[in-house]
Amino acid sequence: MRWTRRDLRSLGVGLVYLAPALFIFVVFVFIPLGRTFYLSLFHTRVTGATSSFAGLDHYIDLLTSETFRSGLTATGLFAVYTVPIGIILGLVLAVLLNQRLRAINVFRTMMASTIAISAAVGALIWLLLFSPSLGLLNYVLSLVGIRGPEWLIQPTIAIIAVSITTIWLTLGTNIIVLLAGLQGIPEEIYEAARLDGARGARMFTRITVPMVSPSLFFLLVVDTIAVLQAFTQIHLLTRGGPVDATRTIVYGIYLDAFQNFQFGFASAESVVLFTLVLVLTIIQFRFVERRVHYQ
Amino acid sequence: MQQRTQRLPYRKAGTYLTLALVSVLVAFPLLLALSYSFMSESEIATFPPPVLPARPTFDNYGRVLATIPIGRYLLNSFVVSSVVVIGQLVTASLAAYAFSFLVFRGRQLLFFLFLSTLMIPWEATIIPNYMTIRSLGWLDTYQGLAVPFLATAFGTFLLRQAFLQIPRELWDAARIDGATTFRFLRDVVIPLSRPALGTVAIYGFLSTYNQYFWPLLVTNQTLMRTTQVGIAQLRFEETLRWGLVMAGVIMVAAPTLALLVLGQRQLIRGLTAGAVKG
Repeated sequence: MRWTRRDLRSLGVGLVYLAPALFIFVVFVFIPLGRTFYLSLFHTRVTGATSSFAGLDHYIDLLTSETFRSGLTATGLFAVYTVPIGIILGLVLAVLLNQRLRAINVFRTMMASTIAISAAVGALIWLLLFSPSLGLLNYVLSLVGIRGPEWLIQPTIAIIAVSITTIWLTLGTNIIVLLAGLQGIPEEIYEAARLDGARGARMFTRITVPMVSPSLFFLLVVDTIAVLQAFTQIHLLTRGGPVDATRTIVYGIYLDAFQNFQFGFASAESVVLFTLVLVLTIIQFRFVERRVHYQ
Repeated sequence: MQQRTQRLPYRKAGTYLTLALVSVLVAFPLLLALSYSFMSESEIATFPPPVLPARPTFDNYGRVLATIPIGRYLLNSFVVSSVVVIGQLVTASLAAYAFSFLVFRGRQLLFFLFLSTLMIPWEATIIPNYMTIRSLGWLDTYQGLAVPFLATAFGTFLLRQAFLQIPRELWDAARIDGATTFRFLRDVVIPLSRPALGTVAIYGFLSTYNQYFWPLLVTNQTLMRTTQVGIAQLRFEETLRWGLVMAGVIMVAAPTLALLVLGQRQLIRGLTAGAVKG
């Protein structure tokens, strides 16, 4: 296909309109992504300037690094603790909120309120709740006879504490997305199921869950990506500790780049993070495409 | 499942009770922060941990103002968030217009290029971006905080969807009337797309205002801190004064909560755009 003068002219006009956004993307997304790959192949000085070619050294170091492997584990645990529970909780609350009642919007706003809450604000509040001496959480647990753990001090518990905070922070989004999914289910499907004698739990597992499965899948991917990117709550609750128990990939990037000034090594970690998010996004796009064909 | 309301009255009361209890439980951390912000430090230290202040006091709010320049933090956050919102509205409208009304070769490819930015986590490019801002001399400046976020693929996508709803006949009529390409965008497309623009604006504001990692990296001077980084400093003080921290938390969260109440519909439209219709 040859480019005619008219093709070029119309492309020119199009590019004028795209230029501002494209400029920002090139300077702050595409070039930095390339530079991340580039930096990951070099040894760097504390200023971030490259000193000598490292080849795949950083990646080999990553594979053999105990810290990085425990970082992958921490990230995985964080996702496993956060994502499924967050989605199930969101679904239960969305079903509860999906009723035609007067003033239902008041309850919807209250339960969705965490949409507007920043991770910093959420983390500071949960820091208080987790507090061993002043925290309400362990006091409430003690009322039912459970001796609450030292949330942010025990390594196996600290990642759970971070996960609880994150579940709460993402609950608002999960509720809104699932509520929209529920409202998209045609009433006739329920009518038909009711005529077939379906009730309560059976209705929920046979009709509701399959019908909102696109929203559930969407959240599975989006929430997992959010966990991979989570930084603030870790910074404010545990600072990656105790003994690296909450040093996720992102927190490792922060520590290695901006505390230890190993920009090359941290760039290799960034490449791993990018790859993980890329794979998740591709899975989602594939899925969405298939759904469109089915409809 | 849209259930009917014509039920026995006690069941309805039960439903409301459940909804109220669960709502309070979900919002509990936030309500607790509000409650603690009115308690004296000595009251907070009592056992069992109090839930409501016995003698409410505004002292904590006064102390926040005396401890950190929170007014300045709020100003910084508002300036940066507003600049980002305006920038995103401009860049996304222009781009979405090209992707919906203009016909040119390579459009599809460029659209995929825009969408591909959604796959690139900001954290994975944060090292080179920090270096860029530093080499521009933009550390501790508003432009360092705002410029990297002046374009939005998500917003462009959302606006494109809205622009595609506008009848093609309007475009043809405008062409016959001799309107230029840009005038059609300004006089017809933009006014007809107010709801979608509102969604992009609210979304942009919330996500910028609530940022933490980036402002933490690119600001060092106290007076250039944003709200999120600013209140987090209270956590790293030598003695943690919880009443003070919670008062700070409320002051910082108040604007976003107000936005939630006022812009709920726009916000919901934005959140569900990706999920419901594939």
